[in-house]
Amino acid sequence: MSEDRLDVRKTYKLLINGAFPRSESGRSYEVTSAKGEFLANVAQGSRKDVRDAVVAARGAQSKWWSQSAYNRGQVIYRLAEMAESRRDELADHVRLAEGLSSKKAQASVSRAVDRVVWYAGWTDKIAQILGSSNPVAGPFFNFSVPVASGVVGVLCEQESSLEAFVNAVLAPIAVGNTVVAVASEKRPTPAVLLGEMTATADFPAGLLNVVTGFTGEVAPTLASHEDVDGIDLGGVDEEFADELAQLAAGSIKRVLRPGPNEDASLRRLRAFVETSTVWHTIGQ
Amino acid sequence: MPVIENESQLRALLGGLSGVDAVGAEARAAKLATRSLKKSTKLAALDLAISMVDLTTLEGADTPGRVTSLCAKAMHPDPSDPSVPSVAAVCVYPDLVAHARSVLGASPVKVASVATAFPSGRASLNVKLMDVREAVSAGADEIDMVIDRGAFLSGRVGQVFDEVVAVKEACGRAHLKVILETGELATYDNARRASWIAMLGGADFIKTSTGKVGVNATLPAALVMLEAVRDFAETTGVVVGVKVAGGIRNTKDALRYLVVINETAGSRWLSPDLFRFGASSLLNDLLMQRLKQRRGVYVRPDEFSGD
Amino acid sequence: MSGDLTNSSLGAMAYDPAPESAAIARLKPDYGLFINGEFSDPSSHEAFASLNPANEEPLANVAQASAADVDRAVYAARRAYDNVWSKTTGAERSKYLFRIARLIQERSRELAVVETLDNGKPIRESRDVDIPLAAAHFFYYAGWADKLDHAGFGPDPKPLGVAGQIIPWNFPLLMAAWKLAPALAAGNTCVLKPAETTPLSALILAEILQQAELPEGVVNIITGDGSTGAALVDHPGVDKIAFTGSTEVGRLIQQRVASSHKHLTLELGGKGANIVFEDAPIDEMIEGIIDGIFFNQGHVCCAGSRLLVQESVADEVLRRLIRRVDQLRVGDPLDKNTDVGAINSAAQLARIEELTAYGEEEGATRYTSSCALPDKGYWFAPTVFADVSQSHRIAREEIFGPVLSVLTFRTPDEAVAKANNTNYGLACGVWSEKGSRTLWVAERLRAGVIWANTYNRFDPTSPFGGVRESGFGREGGRHGLEAYLNV
Repeated sequence: MSEDRLDVRKTYKLLINGAFPRSESGRSYEVTSAKGEFLANVAQGSRKDVRDAVVAARGAQSKWWSQSAYNRGQVIYRLAEMAESRRDELADHVRLAEGLSSKKAQASVSRAVDRVVWYAGWTDKIAQILGSSNPVAGPFFNFSVPVASGVVGVLCEQESSLEAFVNAVLAPIAVGNTVVAVASEKRPTPAVLLGEMTATADFPAGLLNVVTGFTGEVAPTLASHEDVDGIDLGGVDEEFADELAQLAAGSIKRVLRPGPNEDASLRRLRAFVETSTVWHTIGQ
Repeated sequence: MPVIENESQLRALLGGLSGVDAVGAEARAAKLATRSLKKSTKLAALDLAISMVDLTTLEGADTPGRVTSLCAKAMHPDPSDPSVPSVAAVCVYPDLVAHARSVLGASPVKVASVATAFPSGRASLNVKLMDVREAVSAGADEIDMVIDRGAFLSGRVGQVFDEVVAVKEACGRAHLKVILETGELATYDNARRASWIAMLGGADFIKTSTGKVGVNATLPAALVMLEAVRDFAETTGVVVGVKVAGGIRNTKDALRYLVVINETAGSRWLSPDLFRFGASSLLNDLLMQRLKQRRGVYVRPDEFSGD
Repeated sequence: MSGDLTNSSLGAMAYDPAPESAAIARLKPDYGLFINGEFSDPSSHEAFASLNPANEEPLANVAQASAADVDRAVYAARRAYDNVWSKTTGAERSKYLFRIARLIQERSRELAVVETLDNGKPIRESRDVDIPLAAAHFFYYAGWADKLDHAGFGPDPKPLGVAGQIIPWNFPLLMAAWKLAPALAAGNTCVLKPAETTPLSALILAEILQQAELPEGVVNIITGDGSTGAALVDHPGVDKIAFTGSTEVGRLIQQRVASSHKHLTLELGGKGANIVFEDAPIDEMIEGIIDGIFFNQGHVCCAGSRLLVQESVADEVLRRLIRRVDQLRVGDPLDKNTDVGAINSAAQLARIEELTAYGEEEGATRYTSSCALPDKGYWFAPTVFADVSQSHRIAREEIFGPVLSVLTFRTPDEAVAKANNTNYGLACGVWSEKGSRTLWVAERLRAGVIWANTYNRFDPTSPFGGVRESGFGREGGRHGLEAYLNV
């Protein structure tokens, strides 16, 4: 950054339904770098922002799901392209947020981008891995296919600002869900930036919604929201996760409680997938 | 009753019929086949089945002598027990109709004759009609014609219909049974369409098979035909009978058909006026079962005459 | 249309009774708890009678397991897991399961009669569906036990440990098989709690496990009421809870295990839509609607309890349907010709009566079969409600009885929207002769199982389970293993 010029600072806002509003509550909170220096006043999302995000995610879900798996892969891959082309910016954010060296921040971005690519490739494979043709004892054609659970809430990990976000958020997206993500409370800016990139990556509005703010404040709303089909409790401690899991039971949500720093895996992809089995008669 | 004026009208009518899901039809028939008829139901069913038999001989080796004994059996299936009903009819080739007629005399047993170049139906319409007229004039009460399966399968449904109409006319007062040969029609959809063609053409009965091909009467084919006569009666008010023929050799099979009638078309069809079994060896099995029910012990086949 | 069902010409050939003999059941007067390979008295020495719902007569006394008994059972399962089952090879586990399958087949007639006596379902169904499918389930999963490496969960997937399994009363033995077979194949040990009103076939199964010489403690079967189930759910020694039952109870269970390490699968309620397009194969479709709602007295979580029929054929379908409903043979479950048996319990009957009363209050048109009902026992005549709206309780709530709600639609879009307008998502049916539309609809239905031109079909190779508030996890097929593996 040039030192003889006053830089133009960015406002970190929410991502809801493809738009970047401030919190409807008008609140923001101060986010600092790992070293404690002021970074930004980030929008402090409210329960109503969560509600709006869920509505947006629900609205986008059938559209996202009805796109071909090939197309969904292209959209996700496009995000990798965007992230790669703005990798320095991302690395800068990660460096400040996590207090890493430039080199380590760059490496983290590389892993994150590669992870996006990995997910992009899953969209049109998952049905072949999780689906099956079932040899029932009768004149029926019977097949099982994985179907997205619907709307998934993701409480993102607190320490890893970008990599964990990518891991947690793109898994449900790759298999056809739409997502309401609550970014790391103290390190939200890389997630916000990646969210901004989705706007130029052909992500349909509402596919990924990112709420920043206090996890403890908004998580119960997300966990108890009856129109949310599944929730990833990766970003909260055990005790809080227990509490949220109880709330999630109210509408029989699918609950994922990943281990600390749990990597991308088939388990993540399976977590928010339903198996739909179709029978059809076979006869002349 | 809709009047069929041309083939396209017929085609449209057939196209409006519901399809048959083969799996569902077979599953339904199989489920009905698990019904268990006991005690008085079984006794009544046995007598009913006997009264529905068209006792049949359709062999190249048929002779007047064989027909004579068949007729005797038809009138008194079990001479030792007058409570056994007579069968519905004897079924013979046209050239033996006159002989059968003379043996049966005033008996209520009808004479049925296959005609129309049975069993293949491969002859000109004139020959077929001549076949019918000769059988009728020799005293046949009932004519079992075959449809032209070749015409049906090549889409000439109008021709099939016209032949039924022509044969019906040639029958005069004789009842017409139209054999669909469902084994050759291959699909239940075809069986349903052919049933409607026959009924629209004036059939008094629709009949599954000649008994001369690989696949004869089956329970699901009969189910589909019973649905057809039920629906036809509801739509037109005309009540058409059903005859199953070929491969029905034992009581268990026969009783299954009665159950399918009862639970598909309804009890109205539980009468020789509206349902027949084209069979020969079935009769003795029915008689054996009947005797077993009365004596309480299994009986020898030699209790009854061979034919 | 009028509600008169009596103008049917069908069914005049009345069938004489053809009852299966109740003596075939060979029931003992009392059954203890099956723990650690043997039957024992419950700590409380309390017992309750299991009734025959067809005549309200007691069939046998079964033990009421207390929390202490649950503890004993879980301990036995844990010890069996640690000392025996986790050291038993897949190939050996496989052979035990094959043995169990064969033994079920050998005792199938007895089991069918027991099931019909205890549950009230027609003997034709227990004989032709429940028991053969239970055996088939063990056969299927037997083959998986030594092939888990190939199940798609990575190399050498590990079992969870001790599985607590709670099953409902609608398919007692079959649900036991659905739970036990995959759990054992995957290498878990089990504590199974059958439903309070239908414990007997599971206790016969316990005898079968003894005959199979399954190592003691690998499967423990404890009878009791809801408190027994709750003790099992709460027991800290259990690694996995598998529950089949109502959404209401499923929700409670999910809440109770939320703050534990326990794995959970739930197979809950449903309000299945059976969608009929105007080009459906009409006769088979009518049978499918009948199977969809009257199979097992409608005590089926995946029952096709909402009929969605295209308006253009609604009158015709309703006319044929009502004719067919009137033909159903309702009565003695042991009679081989019975189509619809007894309602399983007084409580369930009360629930059905309550909801159907709402149906009438809300203005739906009620058709009830004119069949005669026995004097004793719990009975409900097959019933169809026409003119039902989406907002009616009978269109939204699971009745779990022989009651069908008929709604109409105009376009495929509307059919899908109405079918999905529920918090449940277990099963749906689609009836059409047009393959492309069937698949279009199937793709859009939010349901775990979709039957096209058929209904209520089950097979051990076919995954079964719901979405949304119908639960999560699958039973059957390769997918069914996931519920019992730590993957």
